Amino acid sequence: MKIKVKFFAILRARAGIGEITKEMKEGSTVEDLWEALKCDYPQLARAEVRLLYAVNQNYVAPSHVLKDRDEVVFVPPVSGG
Amino acid sequence: MFRVSSKALDLQEPVSWVTDPGAGAIATFIGTTRDHNEGRRVIALEYEAYPEMAEKELARIGEEAKKRWDIQRMAIVHRIGPVQISEPSVIIAVSAAHRDAAFQACRFAIEEIKRSVPIWKKEVFEGGEVWIGTQSGEPLNMNGSSSSSRSNSSTD
Repeated sequence: MKIKVKFFAILRARAGIGEITKEMKEGSTVEDLWEALKCDYPQLARAEVRLLYAVNQNYVAPSHVLKDRDEVVFVPPVSGG
Repeated sequence: MFRVSSKALDLQEPVSWVTDPGAGAIATFIGTTRDHNEGRRVIALEYEAYPEMAEKELARIGEEAKKRWDIQRMAIVHRIGPVQISEPSVIIAVSAAHRDAAFQACRFAIEEIKRSVPIWKKEVFEGGEVWIGTQSGEPLNMNGSSSSSRSNSSTD
């Protein structure tokens, strides 16, 4: 299945790209996706930043199971205001 | 009105939007860009958002505030892109029949924005830049510290 991933802020800087499509096996979780992306973009694995996970613009648990065409964003600590 | 915008913010717009004949009070909060943070001289802030989700989260904050307090209307506008010193980065306006609810809901909204809305700021200071809230910064040279704080920021 194809998953759209968008990177923002420090993760965009580290990945060097804003948006990708990633092929994942059926049944993969959002945490599986993060592990796979760390292999593709080793800079993402640097100095861990505490992340929240968002699928289709809603926060989800790391164990959330992905579906084809989901949009996933890994949310580093927010700092709006 | 729950919006992120790359244009300069205008206080009158959210205030007009929450103006309501049933309101006896309008409380506003303006977050502005401070010229120093943690001993660094800040040159500018750059905000980035996941816009679709940020606007959804801002609307959720408005819904939650309506459940908790007797308010009429709420508006939140957040700037993205570069914001110069002293310029507003966020404006909240809340109308209510009575001032207490307006003040409390306004305070709640800014705290929630800082807690849950996917917006990030990069502080550009003399000698480097850092994404605020992340453990490690990426200074451009040795003038700045190589690590940043978790929660401090150049607006309050």
